Amino acid sequence: MGKYIVRRLLQTIPVLIGVSILVFSLMHLIPGDAAQIMAGEGASEATVEQLREKLGLNEPKPVQYYNYMTGVVQGDLGNSIRSGRPVMDEIKGRFWVTAELAIYATILAVFVGLIAGIVSAVRHSSWADVSIMIVALFGLSMPNFWLGLVLIQWFAIGADWLPEFLKMRPSGWGDSWRQLLLPVITLGTSGAAIIARMTRASMLEIIGQDYIRTARAKGLSERIVIYRHALKNALIPVITVVGLEFGAFLGGAVITETIFAINGMGRLTIDAIRERDFPIVQGTILIISLVFVLVNLLVDISYRMLNKRIDLN
Amino acid sequence: METDVLRVQNLQTSFYTDEGEVKAVDGVSFNLPKGKTLGIVGESGSGKSITALSILQLLASNGGIKGGEIVFKGDNLVNYTEEQMRAIRGNAISMIFQEPMTSLNPVFTVGQQISESLIKHQKLSKKKAMERSVDLLKLVGIPSPEARVKNYPYELSGGMRQRVMIAMALSCDPEMLIADEPTTALDVTIQAQILDLIKELQHRLGMSVMFITHDLGVVAETCDYVAVMYAGQVVEYADVYTLFANPKHPYTIGLLNSLPRHDVDQDKLEPIRGNVPSIRDMPQGCRFAPRCPAATDLCRSKLPALEPSGNGNDVRCWIYTEEWDGEAEVEVYGKTRIAQS
Repeated sequence: MGKYIVRRLLQTIPVLIGVSILVFSLMHLIPGDAAQIMAGEGASEATVEQLREKLGLNEPKPVQYYNYMTGVVQGDLGNSIRSGRPVMDEIKGRFWVTAELAIYATILAVFVGLIAGIVSAVRHSSWADVSIMIVALFGLSMPNFWLGLVLIQWFAIGADWLPEFLKMRPSGWGDSWRQLLLPVITLGTSGAAIIARMTRASMLEIIGQDYIRTARAKGLSERIVIYRHALKNALIPVITVVGLEFGAFLGGAVITETIFAINGMGRLTIDAIRERDFPIVQGTILIISLVFVLVNLLVDISYRMLNKRIDLN
Repeated sequence: METDVLRVQNLQTSFYTDEGEVKAVDGVSFNLPKGKTLGIVGESGSGKSITALSILQLLASNGGIKGGEIVFKGDNLVNYTEEQMRAIRGNAISMIFQEPMTSLNPVFTVGQQISESLIKHQKLSKKKAMERSVDLLKLVGIPSPEARVKNYPYELSGGMRQRVMIAMALSCDPEMLIADEPTTALDVTIQAQILDLIKELQHRLGMSVMFITHDLGVVAETCDYVAVMYAGQVVEYADVYTLFANPKHPYTIGLLNSLPRHDVDQDKLEPIRGNVPSIRDMPQGCRFAPRCPAATDLCRSKLPALEPSGNGNDVRCWIYTEEWDGEAEVEVYGKTRIAQS
């Protein structure tokens, strides 16, 4: 197992190099000149040229990439063009805001999705199953920018119940859960719907298996048959989805953060793209990719925990 | 005087599908004396497995027992609640299944799966249950049981898995074991081993066994009594010697006649002509009438009852009743039967 983890960690290196090349090229391919934006519209050509020189933008692209990567391997993601501060510092404060949002959204999605999926499967074809699946279809079809706006309209503006929902989220952990509630629901709903549908399909397949009949033939209670014998088998495909959903939440947080004016990684990235602050863009995407790869490693390890037959090597 | 562990009377089990009610079992009666082995024989789809699942009430959610009695040690199981049935399953009556490859849960060890019944029914601690699991694996002839108990099902062969299933079924010293084609999915050499194992354990533990099979050879070798099923009904019930020496129902005669024989030179096997009727489109009269060489108008219009016909056979056939409207001597598949006897 230890060997496997080390090997998987080493495998992330080429993935991250690929991501960095991709982002680096994209940022330099799209029109717009960071030096021009920094200097302002009315700046003279000489000033802009001077800035370009200072930022190293006149070097050939491969040299620029090489210089950048030399920094990255030493833990230096460069400096923000806009603020001049190290990218690491810029990201540090924002990362946990987004991570917190994504983690809570994942917890919500797993909790609601699993329960709904299990109930649906156990009461297959009943009114409960049908209504859960209709709600899940809605959850899946609603774009989260729309859901976010509706939630704000209902809970924060229309009812004026919980005005603090709308307060700007300061960065960091441990803030009021009330401020988190609406963004987490906005982000987590589609995931809950996907997990519910996946769990239902997976459970239905498992419940029809011979070994479930064997478990019943032993005189076990329905609760043990479902939660011990069926669920442990049904979880394997569901966990894959949970890993992918967490990644999607990290990326999808961009929209949610914009709607709820949350100062997270998503907003940082969007602002940086607009201002052609490419060290920041590269930094944020690299970090998100790293987290995504690590979460999927966790998923693979948990497969092995659930089913010893899955040979990781 | 023998006492019956199990007595099934006119059992009827139906499934409800989109196309309506399907009577999978419609008139099954037999007795299983204590310590003896009863064979249930019949073709695929004749309702053998459904009969077994009805006894333990393990039917799919769209199925249910519609009528009849299942009397186990004096109590009618049909009236039992789900809670009461759970106390019976895996405890007083246990069951092994046809498919050892898929009947064990892939994510739990063999030991965990055997322990479960012990923890549930005998209230053993986890540790005690695991020790007992090792003993049980030894009992069913699995080498190095201390190591095997920690194995996952995928690490075992089909024969080994069936032994594990047997160990699981025997864990709580059941009074009755239902074996639903336990050897069908196994190699011939392994089949013999498993049959011997079940027989040996039966003698050692004094259980009664209900053996479901479509293999008459297995019946001759292992059973004391036989119930022959056709299209959801028992058509003949007798002790094994009587059944093989003097079969009465034309279906049973045809079945035995279709077996290859070693004592005569045969070029061809003689099959029973025609097909099993569809479960949705049962004949109005005797269900075997469309295929029966001796069928008369009476057979085609009225369903006979399962009735004692002297010398031990219970037969569901008009030939042996007062109402018989055909010849006094009937020839079925080369065998002559005296009517109304």
